[in-house]
Amino acid sequence: MSKSGLATACVAAAYLATAAPALAEEPADVSILVETCAGCHGTDLGGSGAIPSLRAHKAEYVAFTLRAFRDDERVATVMNRLAKGYSDAQIAALAAYLATLN
Amino acid sequence: MSRSNRTSGHPSSPLSRRRFARLAGAAAAVSFVAAPFVARGQAAGRVVVVGGGFGGATAARYLKKAAPELTVRLVEPAARFVTCPYSNLVLGGWRELESISHGYEALRDRWGVELVRDEATAIDTAARRVRLGGGDSLIYDRLVIAPGIALRAPEEGGIEGYDAAAHARMPHAWKAGEQTLLLRRQLEAMPDGGLFVLAAPPNPFRCPPGPYERASLIADYFKREKPRAKILILDSKETFSKQPLFQQAWARFYGDMIEWVSLAADGKVVRVDAASGELETEFGTLHRADVANVVPPQQAAAIARSAGLADASGWCPVDARTFESRLAEGVHVIGDSAIASPMPKSGFAANSQGKTAAAAVIAALSGQGQPQPAWVNTCYSHVAPGYAISVAAVYRAGASGIEAVEGAGGTSPLDWDDANRKLESAYADGWYDSITADMFS
Repeated sequence: MSKSGLATACVAAAYLATAAPALAEEPADVSILVETCAGCHGTDLGGSGAIPSLRAHKAEYVAFTLRAFRDDERVATVMNRLAKGYSDAQIAALAAYLATLN
Repeated sequence: MSRSNRTSGHPSSPLSRRRFARLAGAAAAVSFVAAPFVARGQAAGRVVVVGGGFGGATAARYLKKAAPELTVRLVEPAARFVTCPYSNLVLGGWRELESISHGYEALRDRWGVELVRDEATAIDTAARRVRLGGGDSLIYDRLVIAPGIALRAPEEGGIEGYDAAAHARMPHAWKAGEQTLLLRRQLEAMPDGGLFVLAAPPNPFRCPPGPYERASLIADYFKREKPRAKILILDSKETFSKQPLFQQAWARFYGDMIEWVSLAADGKVVRVDAASGELETEFGTLHRADVANVVPPQQAAAIARSAGLADASGWCPVDARTFESRLAEGVHVIGDSAIASPMPKSGFAANSQGKTAAAAVIAALSGQGQPQPAWVNTCYSHVAPGYAISVAAVYRAGASGIEAVEGAGGTSPLDWDDANRKLESAYADGWYDSITADMFS
Protein backbone atom coordinates (compact mmCIF):
# COMPACT_ATOMS: atom_id res chain seq x y z
CA MET A 1 0.00 0.00 0.00
CA SER A 2 1.27 3.47 -0.82
CA LYS A 3 2.13 5.86 1.97
CA SER A 4 -0.76 8.19 1.20
CA GLY A 5 -3.12 5.24 0.89
CA LEU A 6 -2.16 4.07 4.38
CA ALA A 7 -2.62 7.55 5.79
CA THR A 8 -6.07 7.80 4.25
CA ALA A 9 -7.00 4.41 5.59
CA CYS A 10 -5.87 5.32 9.09
CA VAL A 11 -7.80 8.56 9.02
CA ALA A 12 -10.87 6.72 7.81
CA ALA A 13 -10.45 4.11 10.50
CA ALA A 14 -10.00 6.74 13.18
CA TYR A 15 -13.00 8.65 11.91
CA LEU A 16 -15.20 5.57 11.86
CA ALA A 17 -14.08 4.55 15.31
CA THR A 18 -15.11 7.95 16.66
CA ALA A 19 -18.27 8.19 14.61
CA ALA A 20 -19.62 4.87 15.81
CA PRO A 21 -20.01 5.04 19.60
CA ALA A 22 -18.37 2.13 21.34
CA LEU A 23 -20.75 -0.73 21.86
CA ALA A 24 -21.38 -1.48 25.51
CA GLU A 25 -19.75 -4.88 25.17
CA GLU A 26 -16.62 -3.54 23.50
CA PRO A 27 -14.00 -2.23 25.93
CA ALA A 28 -12.66 0.94 24.40
CA ASP A 29 -9.01 0.37 25.06
CA VAL A 30 -6.98 -2.76 24.47
CA SER A 31 -4.52 -1.70 27.16
CA ILE A 32 -7.33 -2.17 29.69
CA LEU A 33 -8.40 -5.44 28.12
CA VAL A 34 -4.87 -6.81 28.25
CA GLU A 35 -4.58 -5.99 31.94
CA THR A 36 -7.09 -8.76 32.61
CA CYS A 37 -4.47 -11.23 31.34
CA ALA A 38 -1.80 -10.03 33.79
CA GLY A 39 -3.42 -11.60 36.86
CA CYS A 40 -2.23 -15.03 35.66
CA HIS A 41 0.25 -14.37 32.84
CA GLY A 42 2.32 -11.91 34.84
CA THR A 43 2.55 -8.19 35.29
CA ASP A 44 4.61 -7.84 32.09
CA LEU A 45 2.80 -10.80 30.49
CA GLY A 46 6.05 -12.74 30.58
CA GLY A 47 4.48 -15.83 32.13
CA SER A 48 5.21 -17.46 35.47
CA GLY A 49 6.06 -21.06 36.28
CA ALA A 50 3.74 -23.29 34.26
CA ILE A 51 1.81 -20.32 32.85
CA PRO A 52 3.10 -19.32 29.41
CA SER A 53 4.42 -15.93 28.35
CA LEU A 54 2.17 -13.89 26.07
CA ARG A 55 5.07 -11.87 24.73
CA ALA A 56 6.80 -12.16 21.35
CA HIS A 57 4.11 -14.19 19.61
CA LYS A 58 2.90 -13.36 16.13
CA ALA A 59 -0.54 -11.76 16.05
CA GLU A 60 -1.88 -14.53 13.82
CA TYR A 61 -0.82 -17.16 16.34
CA VAL A 62 -2.41 -15.37 19.29
CA ALA A 63 -5.66 -14.77 17.43
CA PHE A 64 -5.77 -18.35 16.14
CA THR A 65 -5.08 -19.78 19.58
CA LEU A 66 -7.62 -17.61 21.41
CA ARG A 67 -10.31 -18.44 18.85
CA ALA A 68 -9.43 -22.13 19.07
CA PHE A 69 -9.71 -22.00 22.87
CA ARG A 70 -13.01 -20.17 22.58
CA ASP A 71 -14.45 -22.63 20.06
CA ASP A 72 -13.14 -25.70 21.97
CA GLU A 73 -11.00 -26.64 19.00
CA ARG A 74 -7.92 -26.62 21.19
CA VAL A 75 -8.16 -28.11 24.66
CA ALA A 76 -6.76 -26.11 27.56
CA THR A 77 -7.83 -25.83 31.20
CA VAL A 78 -9.13 -22.42 32.21
CA MET A 79 -8.56 -20.73 28.84
CA ASN A 80 -11.46 -22.52 27.15
CA ARG A 81 -13.74 -20.91 29.73
CA LEU A 82 -12.12 -17.47 29.64
CA ALA A 83 -11.73 -17.13 25.86
CA LYS A 84 -15.50 -17.48 25.47
CA GLY A 85 -15.79 -14.03 27.08
CA TYR A 86 -14.04 -12.27 24.19
CA SER A 87 -15.44 -11.24 20.80
CA ASP A 88 -13.64 -11.56 17.46
CA ALA A 89 -12.87 -7.84 17.57
CA GLN A 90 -11.44 -8.07 21.08
CA ILE A 91 -9.34 -11.09 20.15
CA ALA A 92 -7.99 -9.23 17.11
CA ALA A 93 -7.15 -6.20 19.23
CA LEU A 94 -5.43 -8.33 21.88
CA ALA A 95 -3.46 -10.21 19.23
CA ALA A 96 -2.29 -7.00 17.57
CA TYR A 97 -1.28 -5.53 20.92
CA LEU A 98 0.55 -8.60 22.19
CA ALA A 99 2.48 -8.87 18.92
CA THR A 100 4.08 -5.52 19.71
CA LEU A 101 5.66 -6.85 22.93
CA ASN A 102 9.19 -8.18 22.51
CA MET B 1 -21.15 -8.75 13.08
CA SER B 2 -23.25 -5.74 13.86
CA ARG B 3 -20.24 -3.50 14.14
CA SER B 4 -19.02 -4.37 10.64
CA ASN B 5 -22.48 -3.77 9.27
CA ARG B 6 -22.58 -0.34 10.80
CA THR B 7 -19.18 0.71 9.60
CA SER B 8 -19.50 -0.74 6.11
CA GLY B 9 -22.67 1.21 5.62
CA HIS B 10 -20.89 4.47 6.28
CA PRO B 11 -21.14 6.60 3.13
CA SER B 12 -17.60 7.93 3.34
CA SER B 13 -16.00 4.53 3.72
CA PRO B 14 -14.28 3.26 0.59
CA LEU B 15 -13.01 0.19 2.42
CA SER B 16 -14.22 -3.33 2.32
CA ARG B 17 -15.32 -4.72 5.65
CA ARG B 18 -12.45 -7.15 5.84
CA ARG B 19 -9.89 -4.52 4.97
CA PHE B 20 -11.37 -2.04 7.40
CA ALA B 21 -11.16 -4.51 10.26
CA ARG B 22 -7.53 -5.21 9.45
CA LEU B 23 -6.61 -1.56 9.24
CA ALA B 24 -8.52 -0.62 12.34
CA GLY B 25 -6.63 -3.34 14.18
CA ALA B 26 -3.32 -2.05 12.91
CA ALA B 27 -4.18 1.55 13.73
CA ALA B 28 -5.27 0.54 17.18
CA ALA B 29 -2.06 -1.35 17.81
CA VAL B 30 0.06 1.59 16.73
CA SER B 31 -1.84 4.14 18.77
CA PHE B 32 -1.66 2.06 21.93
CA VAL B 33 2.07 1.79 21.68
CA ALA B 34 2.69 5.39 20.72
CA ALA B 35 0.14 6.96 23.04
CA PRO B 36 -0.76 4.91 26.06
CA PHE B 37 -4.17 5.37 27.56
CA VAL B 38 -2.99 8.21 29.77
CA ALA B 39 -0.83 10.85 28.18
CA ARG B 40 1.92 11.56 30.68
CA GLY B 41 1.96 14.89 32.43
CA GLN B 42 -1.78 15.38 32.29
CA ALA B 43 -2.96 13.88 35.53
CA ALA B 44 -1.37 15.94 38.26
CA GLY B 45 -2.99 15.46 41.61
CA ARG B 46 -2.86 13.85 45.01
CA VAL B 47 -4.23 10.37 45.35
CA VAL B 48 -4.47 8.60 48.68
CA VAL B 49 -4.88 4.83 48.70
CA VAL B 50 -6.11 3.29 51.95
CA GLY B 51 -5.19 -0.38 52.40
CA GLY B 52 -2.22 -2.28 51.01
CA GLY B 53 -3.85 -5.57 50.01
CA PHE B 54 -4.82 -6.94 46.61
CA GLY B 55 -6.95 -3.92 45.68
CA GLY B 56 -4.91 -1.11 47.22
CA ALA B 57 -1.42 -2.27 46.27
CA THR B 58 -2.57 -2.89 42.70
CA ALA B 59 -4.24 0.52 42.47
CA ALA B 60 -1.17 2.33 43.83
CA ARG B 61 1.16 0.50 41.45
CA TYR B 62 -1.01 1.01 38.37
CA LEU B 63 -1.58 4.69 39.21
CA LYS B 64 2.14 5.38 39.23
CA LYS B 65 2.79 3.09 36.26
CA ALA B 66 0.38 5.03 34.05
CA ALA B 67 0.83 8.50 35.55
CA PRO B 68 4.21 8.88 37.30
CA GLU B 69 3.56 12.58 37.95
CA LEU B 70 0.78 11.77 40.40
CA THR B 71 1.46 11.89 44.11
CA VAL B 72 0.28 8.54 45.39
CA ARG B 73 0.30 7.85 49.13
CA LEU B 74 -0.43 4.34 50.32
CA VAL B 75 -1.76 4.23 53.87
CA GLU B 76 -1.05 0.84 55.42
CA PRO B 77 0.00 0.13 59.01
CA ALA B 78 1.64 -3.24 58.31
CA ALA B 79 5.21 -3.49 57.02
CA ARG B 80 4.37 -6.63 55.07
CA PHE B 81 1.20 -8.02 53.55
CA VAL B 82 0.33 -11.66 54.16
CA THR B 83 -2.01 -12.95 51.46
CA CYS B 84 -5.20 -14.78 52.37
CA PRO B 85 -4.85 -16.74 49.13
CA TYR B 86 -2.37 -19.53 49.82
CA SER B 87 -2.71 -19.14 53.62
CA ASN B 88 -4.62 -22.44 53.55
CA LEU B 89 -1.39 -23.99 52.28
CA VAL B 90 0.30 -22.80 55.47
CA LEU B 91 -2.48 -24.45 57.50
CA GLY B 92 -1.96 -27.69 55.59
CA GLY B 93 1.78 -27.58 56.24
CA TRP B 94 2.58 -27.11 52.55
CA ARG B 95 4.11 -23.64 52.90
CA GLU B 96 5.71 -21.31 55.42
CA LEU B 97 4.08 -17.97 56.17
CA GLU B 98 7.18 -16.17 54.92
CA SER B 99 6.53 -17.43 51.39
CA ILE B 100 3.15 -15.66 51.31
CA SER B 101 4.41 -12.40 52.87
CA HIS B 102 5.22 -9.43 50.66
CA GLY B 103 6.91 -6.08 51.33
CA TYR B 104 6.07 -2.67 49.87
CA GLU B 105 9.66 -1.67 49.01
CA ALA B 106 9.27 -2.00 45.22
CA LEU B 107 6.15 0.17 45.28
CA ARG B 108 8.26 2.86 46.93
CA ASP B 109 11.64 2.40 45.24
CA ARG B 110 10.62 1.36 41.74
CA TRP B 111 7.33 3.16 41.30
CA GLY B 112 7.57 6.16 43.62
CA VAL B 113 4.58 5.38 45.80
CA GLU B 114 4.88 7.19 49.15
CA LEU B 115 4.36 4.69 51.94
CA VAL B 116 2.46 6.04 54.93
CA ARG B 117 2.92 3.44 57.63
CA ASP B 118 -0.08 4.35 59.70
CA GLU B 119 -3.71 3.51 60.10
CA ALA B 120 -6.52 5.56 58.54
CA THR B 121 -8.79 6.29 61.50
CA ALA B 122 -11.34 8.65 59.91
CA ILE B 123 -12.21 10.02 56.50
CA ASP B 124 -13.94 13.35 55.89
CA THR B 125 -15.22 12.90 52.34
CA ALA B 126 -16.54 16.49 52.19
CA ALA B 127 -13.15 17.98 53.10
CA ARG B 128 -11.34 15.20 51.17
CA ARG B 129 -9.16 14.41 54.16
CA VAL B 130 -7.92 11.16 55.68
CA ARG B 131 -7.02 11.27 59.36
CA LEU B 132 -4.22 9.01 60.52
CA GLY B 133 -3.73 7.21 63.84
CA GLY B 134 -0.51 9.17 64.41
CA GLY B 135 -2.50 12.41 64.34
CA ASP B 136 -1.60 13.70 60.88
CA SER B 137 -4.07 14.19 58.05
CA LEU B 138 -3.72 13.63 54.32
CA ILE B 139 -5.59 15.75 51.79
CA TYR B 140 -6.60 14.05 48.56
CA ASP B 141 -8.01 14.96 45.18
CA ARG B 142 -9.07 11.33 44.76
CA LEU B 143 -9.25 8.57 47.32
CA VAL B 144 -9.03 4.85 46.59
CA ILE B 145 -10.09 2.79 49.56
CA ALA B 146 -9.51 -0.95 49.70
CA PRO B 147 -9.83 -1.73 53.41
CA GLY B 148 -11.10 -5.31 53.14
CA ILE B 149 -13.55 -6.96 55.49
CA ALA B 150 -14.55 -6.67 59.11
CA LEU B 151 -15.69 -9.71 61.05
CA ARG B 152 -19.10 -8.94 62.50
CA ALA B 153 -19.08 -8.68 66.27
CA PRO B 154 -21.93 -10.40 68.18
CA GLU B 155 -23.87 -7.12 68.39
CA GLU B 156 -23.39 -6.48 64.66
CA GLY B 157 -25.12 -9.63 63.49
CA GLY B 158 -22.18 -11.89 64.26
CA ILE B 159 -22.12 -15.04 66.37
CA GLU B 160 -22.97 -14.84 70.09
CA GLY B 161 -19.80 -15.23 72.13
CA TYR B 162 -17.50 -14.69 69.16
CA ASP B 163 -15.99 -11.37 70.26
CA ALA B 164 -12.42 -10.14 69.85
CA ALA B 165 -11.28 -12.11 72.90
CA ALA B 166 -12.72 -15.30 71.44
CA HIS B 167 -10.64 -14.82 68.27
CA ALA B 168 -7.58 -15.76 70.32
CA ARG B 169 -9.11 -19.12 71.39
CA MET B 170 -11.10 -19.96 68.26
CA PRO B 171 -9.17 -18.33 65.42
CA HIS B 172 -10.95 -17.12 62.32
CA ALA B 173 -7.72 -17.04 60.30
CA TRP B 174 -9.72 -15.06 57.71
CA LYS B 175 -7.13 -12.30 57.81
CA ALA B 176 -3.82 -14.00 57.17
CA GLY B 177 -0.84 -13.63 59.48
CA GLU B 178 -0.83 -14.22 63.24
CA GLN B 179 -4.28 -15.82 63.05
CA THR B 180 -3.02 -18.29 60.45
CA LEU B 181 -0.09 -19.28 62.66
CA LEU B 182 -2.35 -19.58 65.72
CA LEU B 183 -4.70 -21.97 63.96
CA ARG B 184 -1.73 -23.94 62.59
CA ARG B 185 -0.29 -24.34 66.11
CA GLN B 186 -3.67 -25.54 67.39
CA LEU B 187 -3.91 -28.10 64.59
CA GLU B 188 -0.40 -29.33 65.35
CA ALA B 189 -1.24 -29.66 69.04
CA MET B 190 -4.53 -31.47 68.41
CA PRO B 191 -4.43 -35.19 69.32
CA ASP B 192 -5.03 -37.84 66.68
CA GLY B 193 -8.71 -38.74 66.80
CA GLY B 194 -9.63 -35.13 67.64
CA LEU B 195 -12.44 -33.10 66.10
CA PHE B 196 -11.74 -29.98 64.02
CA VAL B 197 -14.82 -27.82 63.44
CA LEU B 198 -14.92 -25.14 60.75
CA ALA B 199 -17.88 -22.74 60.99
CA ALA B 200 -18.47 -21.36 57.47
CA PRO B 201 -20.17 -17.98 56.98
CA PRO B 202 -23.28 -16.88 55.11
CA ASN B 203 -23.00 -14.99 51.80
CA PRO B 204 -21.52 -12.59 50.95
CA PHE B 205 -18.06 -13.18 52.36
CA ARG B 206 -14.37 -13.02 51.45
CA CYS B 207 -13.14 -15.89 49.26
CA PRO B 208 -16.19 -18.09 48.56
CA PRO B 209 -14.22 -21.35 48.00
CA GLY B 210 -11.85 -20.56 50.89
CA PRO B 211 -13.48 -22.58 53.71
CA TYR B 212 -13.65 -25.68 51.53
CA GLU B 213 -10.09 -25.43 50.28
CA ARG B 214 -9.10 -25.01 53.92
CA ALA B 215 -10.95 -28.15 54.98
CA SER B 216 -9.24 -30.00 52.11
CA LEU B 217 -5.70 -28.99 53.00
CA ILE B 218 -6.21 -29.59 56.72
CA ALA B 219 -7.57 -33.02 55.76
CA ASP B 220 -4.37 -33.62 53.81
CA TYR B 221 -2.37 -32.72 56.92
CA PHE B 222 -4.50 -34.98 59.12
CA LYS B 223 -4.23 -37.83 56.64
CA ARG B 224 -0.46 -37.69 56.99
CA GLU B 225 -0.14 -36.89 60.71
CA LYS B 226 -3.43 -37.67 62.50
CA PRO B 227 -5.36 -40.17 60.37
CA ARG B 228 -8.13 -40.73 62.94
CA ALA B 229 -9.03 -37.00 63.15
CA LYS B 230 -12.38 -35.70 61.88
CA ILE B 231 -13.37 -32.47 60.17
CA LEU B 232 -16.86 -31.07 60.63
CA ILE B 233 -17.93 -28.11 58.47
CA LEU B 234 -20.93 -26.34 59.98
CA ASP B 235 -22.27 -24.14 57.20
CA SER B 236 -24.64 -21.17 57.17
CA LYS B 237 -25.36 -21.88 53.49
CA GLU B 238 -27.28 -24.45 51.47
CA THR B 239 -24.63 -24.68 48.76
CA PHE B 240 -21.07 -23.55 48.28
CA SER B 241 -18.57 -22.67 45.57
CA LYS B 242 -17.32 -25.59 43.41
CA GLN B 243 -19.32 -27.91 45.70
CA PRO B 244 -19.57 -30.99 43.42
CA LEU B 245 -15.85 -30.78 42.66
CA PHE B 246 -14.87 -30.48 46.31
CA GLN B 247 -17.17 -33.26 47.45
CA GLN B 248 -16.00 -35.59 44.68
CA ALA B 249 -12.37 -35.03 45.69
CA TRP B 250 -13.09 -35.30 49.43
CA ALA B 251 -14.65 -38.72 48.98
CA ARG B 252 -11.72 -39.88 46.90
CA PHE B 253 -8.82 -38.52 48.93
CA TYR B 254 -10.18 -38.28 52.47
CA GLY B 255 -12.94 -40.91 52.67
CA ASP B 256 -15.32 -39.95 55.46
CA MET B 257 -12.90 -37.63 57.26
CA ILE B 258 -14.79 -34.48 56.15
CA GLU B 259 -18.46 -34.06 57.03
CA TRP B 260 -20.35 -31.04 55.67
CA VAL B 261 -23.56 -29.88 57.38
CA SER B 262 -25.77 -27.54 55.36
CA LEU B 263 -27.93 -24.73 56.73
CA ALA B 264 -31.09 -26.85 56.48
CA ALA B 265 -29.36 -29.76 58.25
CA ASP B 266 -28.68 -27.44 61.22
CA GLY B 267 -25.30 -26.16 60.10
CA LYS B 268 -25.66 -22.53 61.17
CA VAL B 269 -23.53 -21.72 64.23
CA VAL B 270 -25.32 -19.14 66.40
CA ARG B 271 -23.27 -19.27 69.64
CA VAL B 272 -19.79 -20.26 70.68
CA ASP B 273 -18.08 -20.68 74.03
CA ALA B 274 -14.43 -20.11 73.32
CA ALA B 275 -13.31 -21.36 76.78
CA SER B 276 -14.92 -24.80 76.44
CA GLY B 277 -14.63 -25.16 72.63
CA GLU B 278 -18.37 -25.49 72.31
CA LEU B 279 -20.37 -24.41 69.25
CA GLU B 280 -24.16 -24.30 69.22
CA THR B 281 -26.20 -24.36 66.04
CA GLU B 282 -29.54 -22.80 65.18
CA PHE B 283 -31.69 -25.73 66.30
CA GLY B 284 -29.76 -26.25 69.52
CA THR B 285 -27.21 -28.93 68.63
CA LEU B 286 -24.00 -28.66 70.65
CA HIS B 287 -20.64 -29.58 69.15
CA ARG B 288 -17.48 -29.83 71.26
CA ALA B 289 -14.42 -29.09 69.12
CA ASP B 290 -10.80 -29.88 69.90
CA VAL B 291 -9.93 -27.09 67.46
CA ALA B 292 -12.54 -24.63 66.23
CA ASN B 293 -12.07 -22.29 63.27
CA VAL B 294 -14.90 -19.78 63.29
CA VAL B 295 -15.37 -17.70 60.14
CA PRO B 296 -18.16 -15.34 61.15
CA PRO B 297 -20.52 -13.19 59.07
CA GLN B 298 -18.72 -10.24 57.51
CA GLN B 299 -19.15 -6.64 56.40
CA ALA B 300 -17.00 -3.85 54.99
CA ALA B 301 -14.08 -2.75 57.17
CA ALA B 302 -14.87 -0.22 59.91
CA ILE B 303 -13.13 2.70 58.20
CA ALA B 304 -15.38 2.35 55.15
CA ARG B 305 -18.51 2.26 57.30
CA SER B 306 -17.51 5.17 59.55
CA ALA B 307 -16.70 7.24 56.45
CA GLY B 308 -20.29 6.79 55.29
CA LEU B 309 -19.35 4.63 52.31
CA ALA B 310 -21.47 1.60 53.26
CA ASP B 311 -25.22 1.16 52.92
CA ALA B 312 -27.56 -0.72 55.26
CA SER B 313 -26.12 -4.04 54.06
CA GLY B 314 -22.76 -3.15 55.60
CA TRP B 315 -21.07 -3.14 52.18
CA CYS B 316 -20.18 -0.24 49.84
CA PRO B 317 -22.24 0.50 46.72
CA VAL B 318 -20.17 1.65 43.74
CA ASP B 319 -20.56 2.70 40.14
CA ALA B 320 -19.93 -0.35 37.97
CA ARG B 321 -17.75 1.47 35.47
CA THR B 322 -15.42 3.39 37.78
CA PHE B 323 -15.90 1.86 41.23
CA GLU B 324 -16.56 5.38 42.48
CA SER B 325 -18.69 5.34 45.60
CA ARG B 326 -22.39 5.96 45.12
CA LEU B 327 -22.35 7.69 48.51
CA ALA B 328 -19.32 10.01 48.30
CA GLU B 329 -17.78 11.91 45.42
CA GLY B 330 -14.12 11.43 44.57
CA VAL B 331 -13.85 8.14 46.47
CA HIS B 332 -13.34 4.78 44.76
CA VAL B 333 -14.09 1.68 46.84
CA ILE B 334 -12.54 -1.55 45.60
CA GLY B 335 -11.96 -5.09 46.79
CA ASP B 336 -13.90 -7.07 49.35
CA SER B 337 -15.66 -4.06 50.90
CA ALA B 338 -17.31 -3.05 47.60
CA ILE B 339 -20.59 -4.41 46.25
CA ALA B 340 -19.38 -5.79 42.93
CA SER B 341 -21.64 -8.80 42.55
CA PRO B 342 -21.55 -10.97 40.45
CA MET B 343 -17.80 -10.60 40.92
CA PRO B 344 -16.76 -12.54 44.03
CA LYS B 345 -14.88 -11.10 46.97
CA SER B 346 -11.57 -12.53 45.82
CA GLY B 347 -7.99 -11.33 45.64
CA PHE B 348 -8.09 -11.73 41.88
CA ALA B 349 -11.22 -9.55 41.64
CA ALA B 350 -9.68 -6.90 43.91
CA ASN B 351 -6.55 -6.84 41.74
CA SER B 352 -8.73 -6.44 38.65
CA GLN B 353 -10.73 -3.66 40.33
CA GLY B 354 -7.51 -1.91 41.42
CA LYS B 355 -6.68 -1.42 37.74
CA THR B 356 -10.18 -0.10 37.07
CA ALA B 357 -9.91 2.41 39.89
CA ALA B 358 -6.45 3.54 38.75
CA ALA B 359 -7.70 4.16 35.20
CA ALA B 360 -10.84 5.90 36.49
CA VAL B 361 -8.87 8.17 38.84
CA ILE B 362 -6.44 9.15 36.09
CA ALA B 363 -9.26 9.82 33.64
CA ALA B 364 -11.05 12.00 36.21
CA LEU B 365 -7.92 13.96 37.16
CA SER B 366 -6.91 14.55 33.56
CA GLY B 367 -10.39 15.45 32.39
CA GLN B 368 -10.68 12.52 30.00
CA GLY B 369 -13.75 10.37 29.42
CA GLN B 370 -14.02 7.28 31.56
CA PRO B 371 -12.68 4.18 29.83
CA GLN B 372 -14.73 1.04 29.35
CA PRO B 373 -13.56 -1.40 32.04
CA ALA B 374 -12.95 -5.12 31.71
CA TRP B 375 -12.53 -7.73 34.42
CA VAL B 376 -11.62 -11.36 34.82
CA ASN B 377 -11.68 -13.61 37.84
CA THR B 378 -10.01 -16.98 38.21
CA CYS B 379 -10.04 -18.73 41.58
CA TYR B 380 -7.97 -21.88 41.96
CA SER B 381 -8.44 -24.16 44.97
CA HIS B 382 -5.98 -26.82 45.99
CA VAL B 383 -7.72 -29.96 47.18
CA ALA B 384 -4.91 -32.52 47.47
CA PRO B 385 -1.23 -32.59 46.44
CA GLY B 386 -1.05 -32.13 42.67
CA TYR B 387 -4.82 -31.79 42.44
CA ALA B 388 -6.56 -28.42 42.08
CA ILE B 389 -9.86 -27.09 40.71
CA SER B 390 -10.91 -23.68 39.44
CA VAL B 391 -13.78 -21.34 38.75
CA ALA B 392 -13.47 -18.50 36.26
CA ALA B 393 -15.54 -15.70 34.75
CA VAL B 394 -15.25 -12.71 32.45
CA TYR B 395 -17.13 -9.54 33.43
CA ARG B 396 -18.12 -6.29 31.78
CA ALA B 397 -20.01 -3.14 32.70
CA GLY B 398 -23.44 -3.47 31.15
CA ALA B 399 -26.69 -1.56 31.36
CA SER B 400 -27.61 -3.10 34.71
CA GLY B 401 -24.16 -2.83 36.28
CA ILE B 402 -21.46 -5.47 36.38
CA GLU B 403 -22.42 -8.50 34.32
CA ALA B 404 -20.81 -11.87 33.80
CA VAL B 405 -20.32 -12.39 30.07
CA GLU B 406 -22.79 -15.07 29.10
CA GLY B 407 -21.41 -18.35 27.86
CA ALA B 408 -17.99 -17.72 29.39
CA GLY B 409 -16.54 -18.94 32.66
CA GLY B 410 -17.60 -21.77 34.92
CA THR B 411 -15.84 -24.43 36.95
CA SER B 412 -13.41 -27.16 35.98
CA PRO B 413 -15.40 -30.09 34.55
CA LEU B 414 -16.40 -32.78 37.03
CA ASP B 415 -15.24 -35.58 34.73
CA TRP B 416 -11.70 -34.35 34.13
CA ASP B 417 -8.79 -36.74 34.43
CA ASP B 418 -5.94 -36.40 36.90
CA ALA B 419 -3.64 -34.79 34.34
CA ASN B 420 -5.91 -31.74 34.16
CA ARG B 421 -6.20 -31.52 37.96
CA LYS B 422 -2.42 -31.60 38.14
CA LEU B 423 -2.15 -28.90 35.48
CA GLU B 424 -4.52 -26.71 37.46
CA SER B 425 -2.41 -27.14 40.58
CA ALA B 426 0.66 -26.00 38.62
CA TYR B 427 -1.30 -23.10 37.15
CA ALA B 428 -2.48 -22.13 40.62
CA ASP B 429 1.14 -21.78 41.73
CA GLY B 430 1.93 -19.75 38.60
CA TRP B 431 -1.11 -17.58 39.27
CA TYR B 432 0.06 -16.86 42.82
CA ASP B 433 3.50 -15.73 41.66
CA SER B 434 2.02 -13.65 38.84
CA ILE B 435 -0.60 -11.81 40.84
CA THR B 436 1.67 -11.04 43.77
CA ALA B 437 4.25 -9.68 41.33
CA ASP B 438 1.47 -7.60 39.75
CA MET B 439 1.05 -5.96 43.16
CA PHE B 440 4.47 -5.89 44.77
CA SER B 441 7.23 -6.01 42.10
